[in-house]
Amino acid sequence: MHGSKLYEGQKLALKYFTVAIVLFGAQLLFGLFAAIQFLYPDFLFGVLDFSINRMVHINALVVWLLYAMIGAVYWLLPDEAGREVVGVKLGELAFYVLTAAVAVVVLVYLFIQIGPGKESTIWFITEGREYIEAPRWADIGIVVVVLIFLYNVYATVMSGRRTGILAVLMADLIALAGLYLAGMFYTDNIAVDQYWWWWVVHLWVEATWEVYVAAVGGYILIKTLNANRKVVEMWLWIEVAMMFGSGILGLGHHYFWIGTPEYWWEIGALFSALEPVPLVGLFVHVLYDWGKERGKGNKITNVPAFSWLTVETFGNFLGAGVWGFMHTLPQINLYTHGTQWPAAHGHLAFFGAYVAIMISAIYLAIQGKAGLKELKMTKAGWWAISLITVGVLLMTVSLTIAAYVQTMVERGMHGATWEGFFAAQNNEWFWQGICWRLVTGIMVIVGYGFLVYDLLTCTKKQPVKESEAEVAAAAA
Amino acid sequence: MGKPSVWSSNRFWRRSATWVTGVSAVLLILLTFDSMSQMQMGTAQDIKNKVDKRIPSPLVINYKIDYQLNRKRGHEVPIIGGMDANGNSKYEEKEKFFGRDNYSEKEARELIHLGKLTIQAKNCMDCHTLLGNGAYYAPDLTKAWLDPNWKTLAPAYGGKEYAMATFLQNPPAMAMHERKMPNLGITKQEAKAVVAYLKFMSAIDTNGFPRNFGKIKGAVDAWK
Repeated sequence: MHGSKLYEGQKLALKYFTVAIVLFGAQLLFGLFAAIQFLYPDFLFGVLDFSINRMVHINALVVWLLYAMIGAVYWLLPDEAGREVVGVKLGELAFYVLTAAVAVVVLVYLFIQIGPGKESTIWFITEGREYIEAPRWADIGIVVVVLIFLYNVYATVMSGRRTGILAVLMADLIALAGLYLAGMFYTDNIAVDQYWWWWVVHLWVEATWEVYVAAVGGYILIKTLNANRKVVEMWLWIEVAMMFGSGILGLGHHYFWIGTPEYWWEIGALFSALEPVPLVGLFVHVLYDWGKERGKGNKITNVPAFSWLTVETFGNFLGAGVWGFMHTLPQINLYTHGTQWPAAHGHLAFFGAYVAIMISAIYLAIQGKAGLKELKMTKAGWWAISLITVGVLLMTVSLTIAAYVQTMVERGMHGATWEGFFAAQNNEWFWQGICWRLVTGIMVIVGYGFLVYDLLTCTKKQPVKESEAEVAAAAA
Repeated sequence: MGKPSVWSSNRFWRRSATWVTGVSAVLLILLTFDSMSQMQMGTAQDIKNKVDKRIPSPLVINYKIDYQLNRKRGHEVPIIGGMDANGNSKYEEKEKFFGRDNYSEKEARELIHLGKLTIQAKNCMDCHTLLGNGAYYAPDLTKAWLDPNWKTLAPAYGGKEYAMATFLQNPPAMAMHERKMPNLGITKQEAKAVVAYLKFMSAIDTNGFPRNFGKIKGAVDAWK
């Protein structure tokens, strides 16, 4: 980056990041509503029912992460390829189309909510399938927008510098986009429905998204630490081998109880048990590079971005790796499947694996936009990262306690019935866990406030650098 | 200095990554072909021939459904139309469903179709879990048809299917817990179809999930 001259692709990235942060706010707000409803079921009852809040909560999460992921690619693409993004005007058009479509989908979610049991509801209101509730028309729109995005990426790399990071991203993004198609059909057979639904959900978050994170994480290491590209890219290929090697067949851990053959028990157990391995690798790599560059006397050129990357590797390992492994074996999963266990795991895993690195990428862009050689951590930035990280960690612990109670009481003592479900939900220890989830959720929301404030102001609060002082002197 | 080690060669790792990914993907695709063949919905012919399907024919709504331990498999399995001495389904004992036990294959399929569409259109999965997947705000519906709670309510409504359908059409009126289900505008026909789907789903072979459903001695309202 030279000064504040940005590529058009990077300006487009900033637009994607802006929408991402707004949707992040929406995710937290609707999560808050849902958390309150767990304690006060009459809150917004009949206006915004739990199902709607929960749907917006998880859809906003997925969509804002996708926005940030697309943004991060548009940010690093011209920098890596050494040229402007090919077809960036088309990319810009796609951005506005996508954003308009998301706005319509959200309005329909909030004001129409549900429909009659007809195909038209699936096409225009909701598909009613967790995470991919977006109606079919929006699915098709998303495919078109993603095709434009892929064209931008491929055309740019083909005519520019082809780095290892870009090679991984190109292969990964095409798989990521292709997998979405697996969720775009209707069937009366709920087992087949969920089988393919997991192709989208699992092969996104436990395979292609993880590889995406490894690639973008590599780029951030190069940018913030000046890490050696050859080493970063070697690690990246090792990560890809381990992530796809464990993650693709790790899909089996979703095929224990949905009408699938028994052989998935063994396949799912074995490969999903291996899934934490690459995450340890990611974590070790970042700390190793940090120590090595510090030893050389090199400075971190973007402290917030690097800090969030560190949170990412740790959170990914802990949330996706450890918390995932805790209930992935079929012997245990028989009792934990469909309880607060996946909720505890999901919160820390999504935060650790994806939210943190996207915030890291956004800080990198903020620095680039302002043309700063260095970006230090501000007070607000420190509060943001502390409150959000500690908040999510404690939320995960709270949900884990609730999950233990639910597993023991509902599944162990009561044999999973309606009566057992509410016996667990009414249990004092469960209830305490859910209370703490609300408290820690509010902590995260306060942290989000600091984050937005910091993203808007941090570049203006940096100590004056020599280079800038020189520029100012030259201008005078 | 000797030759650089292969272990620090980017080319080696790139090739390894490509091979590992390729082999995993091919394996997944092969397994998927096999799983799909085992997961096709059963037919009237299967019921006639007493063939157990993982996903049974919608015609199971004509039969009594149970969920019992299978010694050989070591976990509970759906029992359709009564259990023989070996613990397998007999496909004999019928059970009236909304007054009939002679739904044709076409009728049963139509009911299942409307039921599944309604389940998606009303977003059931963002409060409940189905086959254990969904949200955790309301009870799992995998074996809801067999829940002892409906058995308790059945006599007052002339059968549990009627109790369930009445509930679905206006849940707050029949609220059984402070955390009540909202009124989702489910019509009479949709309610019947959803109940049919729940009955059909309870007959899906879920490899023993959920464990010990409704059978724990001493638990409130335990069966048997």
